[in-house]
Amino acid sequence: MTQHGSKALAEFVAEATEILDALGRDLLALDEARDQEADPERINGIFRAAHSLKGLSGLFGQERITQLAHAAEDLLDRLRLGRLTLDDQVLDALVDALDTFQSLLGETSRGEEGEDLTRRTRAMEERLARMGSPAPPAEEDPLERLELDAQVRAVFTEYEEHRLRENVRRGVALWRVRAAFDLTDFDQGLADLNARLKPLGEVISTLPSSRPGGATGIAFDLIFGAKVTAPELEAGLQGTPAELAPLTVHPSREDPSATDEAASVPPPEAVGPGPGVTPRTKRGGKKKGTRARPLALEAGPSQPLLPADTGATGRDAPSETSSGAPGLVAVPTAANGGPPRMRAVGGPPSTALGLQSAASAPLPAGRPRPEETSLRSLTQTVRVDIGRLDGLINMVGELLLIKANLQRLAEASRQDGTVALSKLFGQELSRETRQLERKLEALQEGLLEARMVPVGQVFDKLARLVRRIAREAGKEIDFVSTGGEVELDKLIVEELSDPLMHLIRNAIDHGAEGPEARLSEGKPRRAVVRLRAEQKGNHVLISVSDDGSGIDEARVREVALSRGLVTSSQVSEMTRRELLNLIFLPGFSTRSSVSALSGRGVGLDVVKNNLGNLSGIIDVWSERGKGTAFHLTLPVTLAIVRALVVGVSGRTYAVPLNSVLEILAVQPHDIRTVERREVLDLRGQTLPFLRLGRLFHLPEREVNRHFVVVVGLAQQRLGIAVDELFGQQDIVTKPLGGRLSGVKGISGATDLGNRRTVLVLDVAELLEEGIAQERRRA
Amino acid sequence: MKFKVLIVEDSKVSREHIAATVEAVDGVEAVTTASGFEALKLLPRQRFDLIITDINMPDINGLELINFVKKNPNYRDVPLIIVTTEGREQDRSRGMALGAAGYLVKPFQPEDLEALLRRFLKPL
Repeated sequence: MTQHGSKALAEFVAEATEILDALGRDLLALDEARDQEADPERINGIFRAAHSLKGLSGLFGQERITQLAHAAEDLLDRLRLGRLTLDDQVLDALVDALDTFQSLLGETSRGEEGEDLTRRTRAMEERLARMGSPAPPAEEDPLERLELDAQVRAVFTEYEEHRLRENVRRGVALWRVRAAFDLTDFDQGLADLNARLKPLGEVISTLPSSRPGGATGIAFDLIFGAKVTAPELEAGLQGTPAELAPLTVHPSREDPSATDEAASVPPPEAVGPGPGVTPRTKRGGKKKGTRARPLALEAGPSQPLLPADTGATGRDAPSETSSGAPGLVAVPTAANGGPPRMRAVGGPPSTALGLQSAASAPLPAGRPRPEETSLRSLTQTVRVDIGRLDGLINMVGELLLIKANLQRLAEASRQDGTVALSKLFGQELSRETRQLERKLEALQEGLLEARMVPVGQVFDKLARLVRRIAREAGKEIDFVSTGGEVELDKLIVEELSDPLMHLIRNAIDHGAEGPEARLSEGKPRRAVVRLRAEQKGNHVLISVSDDGSGIDEARVREVALSRGLVTSSQVSEMTRRELLNLIFLPGFSTRSSVSALSGRGVGLDVVKNNLGNLSGIIDVWSERGKGTAFHLTLPVTLAIVRALVVGVSGRTYAVPLNSVLEILAVQPHDIRTVERREVLDLRGQTLPFLRLGRLFHLPEREVNRHFVVVVGLAQQRLGIAVDELFGQQDIVTKPLGGRLSGVKGISGATDLGNRRTVLVLDVAELLEEGIAQERRRA
Repeated sequence: MKFKVLIVEDSKVSREHIAATVEAVDGVEAVTTASGFEALKLLPRQRFDLIITDINMPDINGLELINFVKKNPNYRDVPLIIVTTEGREQDRSRGMALGAAGYLVKPFQPEDLEALLRRFLKPL
């Protein structure tokens, strides 16, 4: 299908991304509940995702993804069929496989097929295939002990059969839940019934059958493994059309304590429902012909679905008597003294624990770290809530109304010809224009909203990485994320994932101490890494923090000096905050070994640059022994911003208003020079002062007063001197191409209307520049 | 009159691919559904000449659908084709045992499906 070109490819990537996202969520859920027994439905869900991915990539001729999906599906199939136990090793392999899938999809979307990744994919396939242990030794099939017609068994998929087997093995009470519905609304009825049953146990299979005699009805037999007692199940199904019948399970032949005589007689303690409990065997009371019939899906009445004697007792005996109860009694054989055979297939549980150490990670040396794969999603699609779209459509409708009004006015003015237009006419025209303006604003806002996605999309992906990074680093980490519901422009959320990943890796690698070190300092064994998002006005604050050892200032100073990033006189004047900020300088890295981030050639300077490209800013807080926090401040959207239009030396510039704090008018004598840098006093605080004209090497004019635009992001402030203020305007910033793209202090250009193109100031860079200038002059 | 083929497949891409392949054959029309439930709802309302079903689906699986169709006098003559992936031999053989008329293994070539259509939709 590759010949269908880029549209098909985009479709494939979008669909595959969705599958991988779902897969990632399920893996994360498994990861978080590692100490509990894995939910079979979850494993089945992951299996289905791999299965779909295989089918999908096969259709699009994506050979590498197909092969890997095949290997993953195979492994997951063994897992869900109980031939393999889900231990740490398997889970890690699956998480790594997900990373490989993401890399593969990345290459696919760019039309590449790198040899490196192909090799990695092969290795991953082999790793998946190696997982697990041989099948458990053959033993009596527990299903043999379940009285269930062979024809019913024939309708089970392999998986359903396995689930049934597991339930029998564990001695779970099995029931047939029969319910009849009208053909028109059976799905609703069945969904309701399923919702009731879910908390009470596991629906193993849903078998449809035509109801004899009724063309409009349909009946279902649900094979159900109950984790509650019979009376509880009864109560739980109160008010539904469900009829219950137990499935009989014979005791295991391998179980020496169980005799054949005991076979179909329930153990006394299992006869839960006493005389007071009335089993709701509707079959007993039903007058319809269906009551004692075997399920219609069988060949004939001679082969009842449930050949057990249950019918005989439950059907005719008055249900009030306790003797009627056995019909409803849970008949779990394993419960009557025999070992319940709960052992995990594929090895004793202790294996799982033994494999936890980092040393066991079966990664070949030199293999790139899986999380180097970017977490960015590969599609440009945004899913929009239908309500939002409807709102936009309504707005367009209102705009059309205004257009009609304006048209009418235009028509009227044309017919009046040169006749002087009345004042009333003018008022009407300006009222419509105001309306138009308001509606356009609302439309714009609505469109911006449609670009918004919850930042939690990235948080989820990050959470998956934490455990593995922690294990690689030999740390024990609790990861807490909050504020995932905060919304940001899709573009920003995407660009944010890599910097956040980097900061989290830092927090685990450098911030958090090992368990022993923590204990010796009187801290809890497990370190906490927090990821938090919070909206503040039209900015979003995101912080990554840890309760680790904090940043060693002395070491920062030392490194900055040894790398020649600062001079000793500069360092001596620096505040603690300024010192800490040195870690963002290019070429700075505190680890001498190449093990951690330093070895990857990516430092915090890159993080800072990435954020700068998003008009964001990063700030660090740290206290020895208490921890470190990185605070990111980001605009909610990049698409359209309100800007202040200013003039300097006859040129016009736009300053994004979201970073403008206030505007001052100052006299030249208000500007002081402290240690060779120009500053202003602003309400008792010293404000760095930057002459824009000087920065851009424009001819300076003599002015008797400056306008100072005070800008700030996070904790940093800067006063920018300009000559003129022209007003505010909404702008869409377009990037500058070619050689202009690198100009410091300029983020792009915008069209102000009247075909006037002006440059847009990059406030984050100017703040930088302000600080850098101070440093240079010092 | 066109032959009508019901396609039951929960994976969207797969479903659309099968539908496109089916409709590429002259004289055949495809009706698609994403679940066994929906198929059960459609069956009494429309007459189908052929059913193509996936096996592993949530709620009602493909085997159950085959069994339902084969046990119901109104539909039992409608041929069924199973679409499975490699490695699911047990499911496939069960489906055939329940009365499916043929099977396809994903990923399949359009010609394979077309051959099956021509076999079961006569005269095509």
